[in-house]
Amino acid sequence: MSRSITLSRIFASTESTATSNATLKLAKYELRDVMRSRWILLYGLFFLGLTEALLRFGGGTTHALISLINVVLLIVPLVGIVFGTMYLYSAREFVELLLSQPVNRRQLYVGLYVGLVGPLTAAFLVGTAVPFLARGLTAGDLSAFLSLLGAGTFLTLIFVGFAFPISIGSDERVRGLGLALATWLGLSVVYDGFVLFILQAAANYPLEGAALVMTMLNPVDLARSLLLLQFDVAALMGYTGAVFEQFFGSAFGTATALAVLVVWTALPFGIGMARFRKKDF
Amino acid sequence: MNPIIALRDLRKSFGRLEVLKGVDMDVMPGRVTAVVGHNGSGKTTLIKSILGLVKPDAGTIRFGQEELNGDSEYRRRIGYMAQSAHFPDNLTALDLFAMLEDLRGNAGARKETLIKSFGLFPELEKPVRTLSGGNRQKVSAVMAFMFEPEVLILDEPTAGLDPVSSSVLKDLVHADRARGRSFILTSHIMSEIEELADHVVFLQDGRVRFDGPIDDVRTGTGEQNLERAIAQLMMEVEA
Repeated sequence: MSRSITLSRIFASTESTATSNATLKLAKYELRDVMRSRWILLYGLFFLGLTEALLRFGGGTTHALISLINVVLLIVPLVGIVFGTMYLYSAREFVELLLSQPVNRRQLYVGLYVGLVGPLTAAFLVGTAVPFLARGLTAGDLSAFLSLLGAGTFLTLIFVGFAFPISIGSDERVRGLGLALATWLGLSVVYDGFVLFILQAAANYPLEGAALVMTMLNPVDLARSLLLLQFDVAALMGYTGAVFEQFFGSAFGTATALAVLVVWTALPFGIGMARFRKKDF
Repeated sequence: MNPIIALRDLRKSFGRLEVLKGVDMDVMPGRVTAVVGHNGSGKTTLIKSILGLVKPDAGTIRFGQEELNGDSEYRRRIGYMAQSAHFPDNLTALDLFAMLEDLRGNAGARKETLIKSFGLFPELEKPVRTLSGGNRQKVSAVMAFMFEPEVLILDEPTAGLDPVSSSVLKDLVHADRARGRSFILTSHIMSEIEELADHVVFLQDGRVRFDGPIDDVRTGTGEQNLERAIAQLMMEVEA
């Protein structure tokens, strides 16, 4: 609730309370529509089942958390961008209907975003958190647990955000879906190969700084680094790991990483908004 | 009398396709203005520009006293029936009505009467996607008329409606026109235009080729039958 108000303020400082109310109303209808989709339920149940299984059979809380990292880094972006894109295509009529009413585009856009991000984030958080909370967490695992939830939330915000400029930019559903998958594949898989290739090719040069920057330029990599450094696995990453640990371990590093994640959230959201305001329906 | 809607030199292209090439048009209050033309002549683009769904490249649209500038409030005064009614899949007709009432902050005074006259009661609580095309069109009609707006924009409103509902809709147009409401209507059914319209705007190739009272179409072409008269007009322009 507060988020939608904040967002609408960011993009229109002159908007009145009445406008925020309209945004909230739109988000409410959007939310109701999205919640009726059984995919959201399946998504929540997937994390619930997986977390429960990892905790039950995976040998302890820490192990379960580490296993979850990889799943979260892969699945959350994929579901966010694909579900978001598909939903936005199917909501085309809803959007047209609302735009023929006394509703402005900015309000509607924020309403759509909140309505999509809300259920997806909730399903992820509930599914992942409940099995841990039911068992209780040690103080040592608490920060890793919270980081995992935070990273999953950011990745949802960012990748659902990507769905907006993609689906608004192309009227062809298949093309949009292809672009969504390519974006996911690029950031989750191809990018790492590219980074490895550069590091390999320039192995004789000191590349820790460059590696750090390249990590920042990809939200998935950034989330991965933040999460892995919660565990004592940085040593496995050699000297680069030590540099990362030093950077992300500092208050400045953490703040920078968070700021970059916020920029990553705002970027697709803002580009989508600009496209949405100019679009012909 | 001042027009309720005035378009001046309205232009719109989609990529390299020029759909509207400088359209001037006035919609007078208390009249039914029919926009006719071939498929692809720009009728729907024209209507969507008035609604703000399509952003014109150039030209102005005035609604009453104000020139449209991206503000959405004027749409409170408009009811719209789209060419083919598609709604969010999971919502029921009741949800949709409630949503519009909530958004407009206004209980649709006429909702019940409209639901009754269109015989929509058995369909109200079903998801809209399960309704037939005709029933969805009726839901769309209820949504357009329920707030008793000053201007109604009906894009091929009777397409897909059964004869009974079609007459109900035409009666609504007659009744609301008598109460001073203004209409923009598109249709390919000439008998319908003959029955409903006061004024005809003939759009061809993105330009207005004829704009006048419906009787002028007949006298101008010497054809008493409107369908033939319009056909005559289309051929004259093409020749």
